[in-house]
Amino acid sequence: MNLAVVLFAAVAAVTALGAVGVAASRSMVRAGVWLLVTLAGVAGLYFLLGAEFLGAAQLIIYVGGTLVLVVFGVMITSQGPFAVLQTKRMEWVIGGLLAGGLFALLAVASMQLGQRETTEATSPAVHELGLSFLGVGQGGKSYLLPFEIVSVHLLVVLVAAAYLARAKKRVDPDGRRDPIETTLKLETLPAGSGQPNSSEARP
Amino acid sequence: MTELGLTPFLVLAAFLFACGVFCLATKRNAVGILMGVELILNAANVNLVAASRFVPELRLEGQVFALMVVVLAAAEAAVALAIFLNFYNNHGSADVEAAKELKG
Repeated sequence: MNLAVVLFAAVAAVTALGAVGVAASRSMVRAGVWLLVTLAGVAGLYFLLGAEFLGAAQLIIYVGGTLVLVVFGVMITSQGPFAVLQTKRMEWVIGGLLAGGLFALLAVASMQLGQRETTEATSPAVHELGLSFLGVGQGGKSYLLPFEIVSVHLLVVLVAAAYLARAKKRVDPDGRRDPIETTLKLETLPAGSGQPNSSEARP
Repeated sequence: MTELGLTPFLVLAAFLFACGVFCLATKRNAVGILMGVELILNAANVNLVAASRFVPELRLEGQVFALMVVVLAAAEAAVALAIFLNFYNNHGSADVEAAKELKG
């Protein structure tokens, strides 16, 4: 037992616990908190593996950015402080079987892959990563094109997200324009038409 | 670190992936499904970073592709949430069972 093994066991336990929490918790708010634990645990794994830059990026982008997006999504779309959508028992069984089967398959494959002797490489420094992204890395490794594609993709996606999520004017089938449709939609719906399922459980 | 090897990281990533698939299969809230997708992408990333550490040929590639995956995951989360907000505006619910308009 040396330090690396103990640290890996601790971080892996935290990560796995968070993942189980995300999968098992009914309330979306709790699932979000468990997701925070998992993402932080994965960042810890990156630090353990010597990928400091990736760990920092994980903390900044995932924990600081994506998780905030998810929490806002939960807040905007939740219908009550404790609203929970019930899942059918059959779906739990099927999902459990699927997940268990996939885990068994992947674990066996990982064991076989781990049989090969591994040599531990020194992890690349941050400047190596940056130079390879800019196409001037050593050894002729250039990722300039994927880098550009990913950056343009990010720009396009953010413009598209802003366009999709805007409050829009909707044209009714009879041609009447209702400029405040979006904000008043929920109140003007006939009772029950927005929720075809009556299985909302509210304590 | 050397005595740890590649296998524990791969098994942990497989577990994260299985949890993500379970999330996808059982959550009815659209945001919950998004969380499952995040878990799956993180599992892939753990695999990539572990490979960059333990497979010398992938020393640089592992981290490069992991960074790409992080950026793509952020983009995916933004678009998915925009779609969910639209969906919520139209259906008054975040329940994916309510999305039946394209069903045959």
